[in-house]
Amino acid sequence: MIMVFCQQENVNLHRVGLELLGKAVELAKEIDTKVTAVTIGKDIDCLATTLIQYGADKVVLVQNELLEIYNADLYTKALHEVVEKEKPEILLIGATQLGRELGPRLAARLKTGLTADCTQLEIDKESKLLLMTRPAFGGNLMATIVCPNHRPQMATVRPGVFELKAPNLSRTGEVVEYVPSIRWEDARIVVEDFFEKIKEDVDISQAQVIVSGGRGVGSKEGFQQLRKLADLLGGTVAGSRAAVDNGWIEKDRQVGQTGKVVRPKLYIAVGISGAIQHLAGINESTYIVAINKDADAPIMKVADLGIVGDWQPIVNELIKRLSKKAKAEDGYEVVRL
Amino acid sequence: MRIIVFAKQVPDTTEVKVDPIKGTLIRDGVKSIMNPEDKNALEAALQLKESHNATVTVITMGPPVAEAILRESFAMGADEAYLITDPLYAGADTLVTSMILARAAEFVGYDLILTGRQAIDGDTAQVGIEIAEHLGIPVVAYATDISISDDSIVVKREIDNRVEVISTKMPCVITCSKDMNTPRYMNLYDLFGCYSKEIKVLNNSVLNFDKTKVGLVGSPTKVRKTFTKGPKGEGKVFQGSVEESVEKITEVLSEVLNIH
Repeated sequence: MIMVFCQQENVNLHRVGLELLGKAVELAKEIDTKVTAVTIGKDIDCLATTLIQYGADKVVLVQNELLEIYNADLYTKALHEVVEKEKPEILLIGATQLGRELGPRLAARLKTGLTADCTQLEIDKESKLLLMTRPAFGGNLMATIVCPNHRPQMATVRPGVFELKAPNLSRTGEVVEYVPSIRWEDARIVVEDFFEKIKEDVDISQAQVIVSGGRGVGSKEGFQQLRKLADLLGGTVAGSRAAVDNGWIEKDRQVGQTGKVVRPKLYIAVGISGAIQHLAGINESTYIVAINKDADAPIMKVADLGIVGDWQPIVNELIKRLSKKAKAEDGYEVVRL
Repeated sequence: MRIIVFAKQVPDTTEVKVDPIKGTLIRDGVKSIMNPEDKNALEAALQLKESHNATVTVITMGPPVAEAILRESFAMGADEAYLITDPLYAGADTLVTSMILARAAEFVGYDLILTGRQAIDGDTAQVGIEIAEHLGIPVVAYATDISISDDSIVVKREIDNRVEVISTKMPCVITCSKDMNTPRYMNLYDLFGCYSKEIKVLNNSVLNFDKTKVGLVGSPTKVRKTFTKGPKGEGKVFQGSVEESVEKITEVLSEVLNIH
């Protein structure tokens, strides 16, 4: 069986768990097995239907008063019990920071391997092993990793790496409740206080159109122009590490290895040279347009269309044309995606 | 109080390039450095040395050349350094690496273990957390602040969209994020002394693992293959006037986004 840990917070499922369920369904077909979703919390019964609709054959609801908010000690113990009971062949965990903490704790307790931040999961035709591919050396190298003799084969995957499949509203599945044998004394760490950081207004990993700027944009004002273009295209603005380091754009809009993986229909890279760390984050884009002064910049080699030239007049002219169009349509939605 | 800092020598990945023809990593001429967030961990330890009269022991595992980062640690103010090196340990994955480091920690003795959140060559963020699990002690990952009174420790950390304040008791492991502090430079006084200080070596005759349980052989995960990513697009490049460039982009907008 393939197990997917589906993180929830305040009885809301994190998208990455649902993305992984979709992938698990594909993998399960190839090894002729079922998919089990596990979610942990308190009063979370209502999540089971969604998990089934996204591909779970079975849902294990791990519920307890003490599991209302995330505590790494208690979550590890609860999930460990479920894994020992259900004995999955494969265990997939979303590589949120929570998942990247829970995963290694569980792997070490189970004495098995864990492959972090996979960008590709496949089943090997011959051995039926899970082939886990991940970037290393800052995205310079891809490595395909297997875990031949230890179970479960564990992998974490970042949000946005796999596509969110459409739910099947008529799917049915089994729902079981698991009551873990945890006590308050099992928690050696205590969450004394917590507060939510100000939520980003948009999650760039889900954007369909991204206008992204790099060092070549040159200033905060330059980013205002990019934002205008993004608005007209019904998209959002993002930036490279250099742009973030210069303070031209917020950290949560950083694209790349140390930022976010994006998969828009259209990625417009403005003044971005295309360091390998950046390219690692945009590889899943459907179409990449690059505007850069340097015809030999690495971004030009991965772009579907590379425009050589000064970005400013080009972007300004685009804004002018699109604004006219917006006015002409007189208040109607400009972009239909 | 005895603090262990686990640090790793890594290639400066921002300088690693891919050979476009052979598709292999070019590591020649790329300098090796102390993993940046391990340096934040060392800085945190050195601050605790000053405020809480702690001793700071830096431990690394790697080939003999990895001693360079131990010398650097001395120059920053560390008291003691160990190099774990044994051909038997080569090729260890995160589980086996953390097992070896955990045993080294038991050998050296500790009240507190600090390490970087993750290393820039692998970016897994697993080893620190797994060390704690092997030792059976608590762990707090992604710390941005540490304060200690007696055996209690309060850690501030950022996890996904939350800021958490977590309390725990020593002994424990804390993985430190780059936002915790700014590591100091080597100081001149310690720099003079750093080459005369002793680096103690831990090999398998000390740590005493069954040789089938360590290194590549003992690791649950194996690297099946490595490759470099081919380019995504065709690399079609256009150079023309502003008007022509905008025309080209407009064609894409209509094709990809259905904007006419």
